[in-house]
Order: sequence, then structure tokens, then C-alpha cells
Amino acid sequence: MFGSGVLRGMLVTLRHFVETYTEDPRRVKARAATPNAVRQTPNDARGLFTVQYPEEKLAIPERFRFYPMLIVDGTTGQDWCTSCGICAKVCPPQCIWIVRGTQPNGKPKPEPEEFYLDTTICMQCGYCAEFCPFDAIKMNHDYELSAYERHESAIYNKEMLSVTTTFYARTHPRAWAEESAVRAEKEARDKAKAAPATPAPAPVAAAPAPGPAPTGAASTRP
Amino acid sequence: MAAVIDPLIHTSPAPSLDQAFPDVVSIDAGGATVVQADRLLEVSRYLRDQMGYTYLANMTAVDYPDHLEAVYHLYPMKVIGNEPSQGLIIKAHATDKDDPVIPSVTSVWPGANFQEREVYDMYGIRFAGHPYLRRVLMWDGFEGWPLRKDYHEAYYEGDTKPFASRWPGGHHVRAEERARFARNVAYPRHWDPAKATSPDESLPVVDVSELNTIHTQKFVINMGPQHPSTHGVFRMQVTLDGETVVDVMPVIGYLHRNHEKIGERNMWLQNMPFTDRLDYFCSMGNNTGYALAVEKLMGVEPPERAEYIRVIMQEFTRVQNHLFGLGQFLSDLGAFFTPILYAIENRELILDLFEMTSGSRMMCNYMRFGGVAYDLPPEFMPLAHELAFERLPREIDELEEYLTANEILHSRTIGVGVLPAEAAIGLSISGPLLRASGVKYDIRRHQPYGIYDRFDFEIPTRPNGDLYDRYLIRVAEVRQSIRILQQAFNSLPDGPILAGRKAWQIRVPKGEAYGRVENPKGETGFFVVSDGTANPYRYHVRAPSFVNIQALREMSIGFKIADIVANLGSIDIVLGELDR
Amino acid sequence: MADAPGNGQNGNSSQSYELRLMTEEEFMAEDAAPPGILVTTFSKLLDAVNPAYNWGRRYSMWPMQFGLACCAIEFISQAASRYDFDRFGWGLTRASPRQADVMIVSGTVTKKMLPQIVRLYNQMAEPKYVISMGCCANGGGPFKEGYNVVSGIDQFLPVDVYIPGCPPTPQAFLHGLMKLQEKVDAERVQDVAWYRRGQTEEIPVPILGPDLIDPRQVPELQVALKAAEAERKAADEAAKLAAAAALAPALAALAAGQAQAGQAQGPAPTTGAETLPSGKPKPISGKVAKAMRERGLTPGVDPIPADLLPPGAGQGD
Repeated sequence: MFGSGVLRGMLVTLRHFVETYTEDPRRVKARAATPNAVRQTPNDARGLFTVQYPEEKLAIPERFRFYPMLIVDGTTGQDWCTSCGICAKVCPPQCIWIVRGTQPNGKPKPEPEEFYLDTTICMQCGYCAEFCPFDAIKMNHDYELSAYERHESAIYNKEMLSVTTTFYARTHPRAWAEESAVRAEKEARDKAKAAPATPAPAPVAAAPAPGPAPTGAASTRP
Repeated sequence: MAAVIDPLIHTSPAPSLDQAFPDVVSIDAGGATVVQADRLLEVSRYLRDQMGYTYLANMTAVDYPDHLEAVYHLYPMKVIGNEPSQGLIIKAHATDKDDPVIPSVTSVWPGANFQEREVYDMYGIRFAGHPYLRRVLMWDGFEGWPLRKDYHEAYYEGDTKPFASRWPGGHHVRAEERARFARNVAYPRHWDPAKATSPDESLPVVDVSELNTIHTQKFVINMGPQHPSTHGVFRMQVTLDGETVVDVMPVIGYLHRNHEKIGERNMWLQNMPFTDRLDYFCSMGNNTGYALAVEKLMGVEPPERAEYIRVIMQEFTRVQNHLFGLGQFLSDLGAFFTPILYAIENRELILDLFEMTSGSRMMCNYMRFGGVAYDLPPEFMPLAHELAFERLPREIDELEEYLTANEILHSRTIGVGVLPAEAAIGLSISGPLLRASGVKYDIRRHQPYGIYDRFDFEIPTRPNGDLYDRYLIRVAEVRQSIRILQQAFNSLPDGPILAGRKAWQIRVPKGEAYGRVENPKGETGFFVVSDGTANPYRYHVRAPSFVNIQALREMSIGFKIADIVANLGSIDIVLGELDR
Repeated sequence: MADAPGNGQNGNSSQSYELRLMTEEEFMAEDAAPPGILVTTFSKLLDAVNPAYNWGRRYSMWPMQFGLACCAIEFISQAASRYDFDRFGWGLTRASPRQADVMIVSGTVTKKMLPQIVRLYNQMAEPKYVISMGCCANGGGPFKEGYNVVSGIDQFLPVDVYIPGCPPTPQAFLHGLMKLQEKVDAERVQDVAWYRRGQTEEIPVPILGPDLIDPRQVPELQVALKAAEAERKAADEAAKLAAAAALAPALAALAAGQAQAGQAQGPAPTTGAETLPSGKPKPISGKVAKAMRERGLTPGVDPIPADLLPPGAGQGD
């Protein structure tokens, strides 16, 4: 019959409409399980699909990358960045500027004096974090960065980029655990090698216990 | 039902080029055939008519210190069983850099039209005999040939990255402050900016048709670059007789972001995130294409698991692209907005998978030379499994349930926007568009890359080449992709994901390579030339949208103005790669 | 804006047709009115209207249906089922600029597209807002170095909210959307520009000449070009002189080569790098280069500041 195809199509949309009201209440409970963060699984995502941002937010996967951040040791306040410049070199749009520090004797100091990231150029590819040999630059999850102005605030300097290890361990628990293990292993190896000659150096950073599971809410920069 | 044209099969092999044209062709160091420029047309005809190279996949140019070189990548549409078809590369040189001329091959392969215009735009090579040789990506009146090696743009900082000003003394400075008036911009001598005018964009004069007694006028209307149906910043000049389309002229370049110029300055690895932004729906596919091209040069092969992950990612990409494309297409037909809203639900769930794996929803930057960047996270498998085995099959059934039998869809699409098979091959059309015209050609099957030869899937074709077929072909391809996904999940091995160590300074051996993948929109090809350094000497993207858009004229003439919008939707263009 | 005291402070009241009762000062004087009589200003009365006025506007913004690049896809995503910006009353995207309240510049602004964007903006009716979405629209983004890319739409249009990201995720866009709502909320009907005559002006449409030309910068560009032309002439003459002096033919050829190189470079001012007889620029010493970098100059591109020149070079002492 002519028109039956159209009618069948409308039945499908009607079904969706009804599901919005029948499926959604069932899922409200599941949503509440993670405060502020919604996870949608393929079969669960029926009925009303909308995430009620800003009241609830979508859970952020750990690997999510927005702008980079610099890791600063939470206990000593020491930059992990050694100003080796790999991130600045590998950056595809060349949006990282680093001034290498100098020691009083004129030799380069393994610490950046200045570190700039032009957020109007950065393409968030994550290469800086991927190729940093010191785990000193990572990708931040904070995406709520809209501003009324860009000429002053869009160039992030070292201060704005720096976060503590604690913060990083909270947002990236899995990566933190893996990297800590690698570092501990390397340290042990170095210690074993250097043991006869020098006294064991104090551990650089005690791995803070990973905080609660990431809530998905983009935390503000500390 | 018209018979599906299985590509032209040649039984008797013709004499090879160097036998037929002994004094015209020579073989260069890389094994490519160099043809004397003045005999190019003759050789091209022979290649097409006698040797069966009916499909000009890619055409571009390279700027060498002493000459400009036009490069043509040809493939036969010859399929016998699953035997991979071998491509042929021919080249022609133009030695006079002040006025380089090469004969146009548009009369042999009409698909060269836009590609030659692009080469003219970027290199200034004049193609003698080209029907409409004007700038295509830049505007008329633009000064300079941007892709020549001696062209420097306003913010030029150095020939190669990384720039020395970033480290160790990297004080931030904005490029526009450093080069206020763009010192490198070549303004013509004695030119007064006060008298500058934009190029004449006035449309051709209205002409009175001499049809019968009623005085009707042909008139030209301009759609775009800001138009809700143009999928971005695409413009077309449509000549109408009443409501019937007489001519269509795509005007592009409104999103020309200089990928190739930037790509030649980047290091090899740095191009990977830029490929994301070509076809921004299918970053996984673009990544793979680029990785394939460079891997060919480097001679590395990804480990087994990485190959499987690549297939999974590409097929998910195809599913989400086709779903979104169908949604857009139906919006263009007037089905606001149910199909696209349903499609986006599924797309979002696929993007979630991309995000948890690669870190970004759209700009995945996931492939590396010799593998992939990260392993799949533990939460990937359950979700992906659920999606591939349960949700997507169900959703595609539902899509068919509410659309395929829809009478309104039928009356808008059946018999409209027909693109015949021969025309499609001639215009170098690729992807679903080609298969909807009845040509059974799919790079995954006919020149398998990665591990596609291990999967059991069909290449859907449709016989009529109209809008409805293009709708059906995408639905069928989604089903096949789901099949591939299911097989891949069932046999995904464990193991490493990257051959060798992660490295950012990559030196690629001298040579050139063309990596082509079957992206959802068609053949995405990356032509790279390496001179043995850390940066590509030439980086060219053969974008399916750019070539496929040439079909718009062919399929729209004689139909109504409203069908143009639908035709455009059915080509499924994306401006990022159309303009690059 | 928010701290501007009432009406009548700026602008000629005979020209603007704002409703004006009295200035704050006058009001302060009147404040000493006998008790029992309520004295107020029109401005204060309007303050009572503002919440409703802004509430209505911020929840019925109609964006222009207009997408430029990758960000437009994220814009579509956030307009669709999952994020649904119709919850904010923004769902009615209009294809016509005449009906739109907010322009979302979603993606890379190219020089070829820019005149159209400016025209569209000019065609929008006040009140109008611009959201710059993504790195490219904010400041050129990763493609900034390209020859066809505009480094930031704010060079031409007044931008209200910048949303960083490449591309911003849908939620990041919604955050920017709410930022604009906040901005709208802070506006006061007494201050807004669109009820005043002559406060808004059209933005001159850029010209696509040999390169993109901003009509507002033409005089400046003319000066720059004249300087370049003079320089080029001087170089030509120097070359001629060198040839006329009938020096060694090799030297003459070299000078001609230099002049040619100068021409190919366009109107390039002296780069400060001296030229060695080999034709290659003399390398700048590391110390000078470092000092130049500290001043934000690029060695080899920018002229060397006079005080950094090695003694004896240039100054004839």
C-alpha cells in the first residue's frame, strides 16, 4: 500500500518517543552512581540520550587530551621538566617555547626558566606528552577554558601550566601507576649500579596514593 | 535490473610502453616511467585504450631544483578474481620554470580536470588544452605559486621544523607581530593597495534562450559558501533554465588550509596529526593512509595486533561516517532531523571508543609508522563488542525499517542524479559513489593493504547509479563493516602494537611512495617523496572529496535545482579534504 | 561597561534617542527630597527590567547555521541528541544572517572565506554576538603558518567568547555558550550599543588582492610598500653602479644575482645579515643572536639592533 513505508517509519519514531519516557527513569539510578559523570554504554543508551551538561557531565576517559600541563613534584616543588626541548621540537605546529635555565656558572640547568604554550596554536595532538622522556608534560583533562579574551590569557606560561603530581595521579590513575612502576624499577636499577660508590639518593617522589576514581568532572587547575 | 559492470577485462596484454614508444619513454631512478612532455597525450591514449589504464587515481607535481615534474598514478580497472591490480606511475617534466607547459590529459581522463587545476594553482604549470585552467583553491589574482620551494608565506620561519627559535631561548612571540606586513608576501611592483579589488565574482551574463515562444531566461544562481546544504564552505554556481539545471560549477578553496605546504616543512611524524584534519570524520583512515605510504618507504611492517587494531578503527570509522553521511543526505532531502539525530547517537558511541583509545573524539592521531600509538584500554573491548555484535546491527536494521521503504525517499531518489559507470571511471570517482554506479572496485579487495585480505566481506555494488543506490550502498557497506568488525574481534591477537621503539626523529630512506586506502568517502592517497632527510620533500594528499566533486556536474545536469542539494549530499564531501 | 554610571554620561544626548531623565549627580541632589516622596531615575527603573530582558535574550539566542571546518562537526554534535543545546534555547539555527543573533565562527578562517564572513556579520541585526570556536578561529591554530589562513577572526570581528580546543569537545562548547549567557546577563539595557545611534558600524570587507588586504590598513601598507620599493630601487642602482664600474665580470654577475634574489623575496627590508662574497648571508654570532632572541627578534630575519652590532661594523670609527 502506498504510504505504508512512511507509516512504518513514523512508528519507529513513535517507539523512540515512548522509550524516552520508559527507558530514562530506569537509567537515572545508574547515572546517579557516579556523581557528575555519565557513562553511556551501547545497549544502555536507549531512550533519552542527552547528557544534562552542566549538571551532569560525561565521564572523561583517562587518555583524553586537551591542553598540556607540566608536572611539578608535589612534595619538593621541583619541576620534572629538564628543559631538554623534545616537546618543543616534536610539536607539529611549534606552539611550545622554552627558555632553558642556566646555572650561575653558565652551564645549562635542567629546569626551564620560562615555558610558554600558545593555546591558539596548539592542536592537542599529544606528542609532547608521548615523547617526553621524563613524564614531565602530560595532557590535561580540563576543557572548560572559554574566555572573553585571548591576547593575554591564551598564552600559558609555566605557572599556568604547572600541576602537582598529586593532581596528575588523580586524573590519570592508570598512567600514574604504570609510570611510577617504571620509574621505581629504573631507580632500583640505578641504585644497584651506583650502590658501591655513593650512598643511596633519597627517593625523588613518593608516589601519592591514587585518589578516587576520576569523576569526569574537569577539575580546575590548582 | 541493469547488469553490474564488472570492470573492463583485458584478455590480450598490449605491448608495454617501452616497446610501443621506445624513444619517448625512459625509466627514472625510482622505476617510474618518464614520458616526453610533448608526446604525453599520445602515450596517455595508448595507456588508456590499449593497456587498460582507465583510472587516473592521482595526479600531482613535484618541484625539483631544475624542473617541475608532473606525476600520474594510473590503475587498471581490471579485476580477475582477487588478483591485485598493479598501478603504473608516469611522469612528465617541464624544465622551463618561468613558463612550464605540459599537455593536459583531461581529454583522456576527464578526472584530471580539478587535479590539473590544482597543480596549476600551486605550481604554475600550464596545462595546454585544459578546458578551464584557472586557480581552484586560491582566488584569481593571488600572487605566487605557493607550493614551489622558493615561495615563502607571510609567517615563514624556516624551511624545516623544528624551528630554532623555540628552544633553548624560546621567548614567545606571535608571528603576526613579527611579520606585520607579511614581508614574504610578493606584492606586485608599483601596485597600489588603495586600488585593490577582489576578483570579479560576478556571475555569467543571463542569456535569453531561444526556446519556443515563451521567453524564458537562463539564469545563474549562487549557492554557498554559506548555505545550509553545502556541508561547509562550498560554493556552486548553478545555471538554471526554469528549475532545470543546465550547468553546475563548483567553486572551492574556502577552506584551503595549506596542508601540503605545511606538510613539507613538518617532520615525518608531525604530519600525522595534520592528516586528522583532512577528512575530519575519518581521522583513523587518514592516519592509516599516511602511515602506509611512509611505511612503504621505511620498509617496516606493523605487528599483527596493530594491524587488527587498525582494521577495527577503520571499520568503526566507516560505520560512523556512513551513518552521519546518510543522516546529512536525508537532511538535504528534507528529512529534518530524525535520521541524523539517530545516526549521531551511534556515532557518539563510536567516538567514545576512539576517545578512550586515542584520547580524542575526532582528531585521533592514533597511527604511528609501524603500528599504533596506544594499546586498547581494558574497557574498550566490552563496549566495542556490544556495539559491533548487538547495537549496530540492530540500529542499521532500524534505519532500513524506517527509511528504505519510505515512499517519499523513493520518489526523491529513484532515477535521480544518475552517474553512469563509464563516466564515473573517467572522472576518477572512487568509493561508494563508484560502486553505486556498478563498478565493483574497492581498494581493500583489489589492492589489499594491511590485513584486509584475511577478512571475508563483500563489495556491495548497485546497478543504477542514482541517489537511491547511493543510499543503499552505504547501508550495505555499514553491514559489511560490521561483518569485518565481528571477524576482527573474534581473532584479535595479543602482542606488541608497534614495530621497533617509539621515535620522533624519523629518517625515511630516499624514494617516493603512494599509499592508498579505501576511506569511507573513497580513495585517500598519500604521495610522499623523501630526499632522505627528516622532512618530506613532497607531501601530497589525494583527497576523495576533491576528485569526487567533479561528478556533481555530470549527475545534476537535466535534473531539478532541488536535486543538486541531494546530489551533493550523496557524494558525501567533507571540506577539510576537499580544499585541504 | 558594568560599572558605567547610568545614562547620559557618554554620548551627546541630543543625538542619541535614549530616554533620559536625570544623571546620577542630579539624582543625588534630588535625594534630599522631603520624606514620603519616592524619587528615582529612569536608569534605576530599567535595572528592574534588565533581569527579564536578559533572561529572555540569553535563552533564545539563534545561532547562524554556518560551519567552517572541523569545529563545525563538533558544533553539530553538540546540537544533536547527546548534548542538545536546544536545552539552552539555542536550537533554532538560522541560515539567514538577518535572523541570527550569534555567529559561531567554527573553524579555520581562510583568507578566501574571510570577506564572506565579514559580510555575513555585517548583515546580522543587532544585538549580535560572535563566538570564536576552536584554536583556528581564536588565533590561527595549527594552520597559522599557512599562506591562506587568517590568524584569528578577532582581527576583523569583535569576538565575545573564545572557546579554546582543537576542536573543543561539545561540552567545552557548551561551557563557552554559558559564558556568553553570563556576558549577556551582565548587560544593561541602558548601556547597550544597539539602542544608540551611530554606535555600531559596518566592518569594511577585506579585499582579495595579491594577498588579503584589510581596507583599514591600506595607508600603513602603502607606506610599507613605498619603503620596500625605495629599497629595491636602491638595490637596483647599486647593482647598476657595480656593473658600470666595470669591476671584474664575476662581481657584476654576483651583484645582479643579489638583486634578483632580492626581487624574488619581494619587498624584503634588509635582514641585517651581511652578505659574504659567496652570496650567503654572513652568520650572526651566537652572542648577538642570543641577545636578539631575548628582545623577541629573529636572528637572520630582523635587522640587528645598532647597539648589538660588533664595533667597527657600520659605524666608521
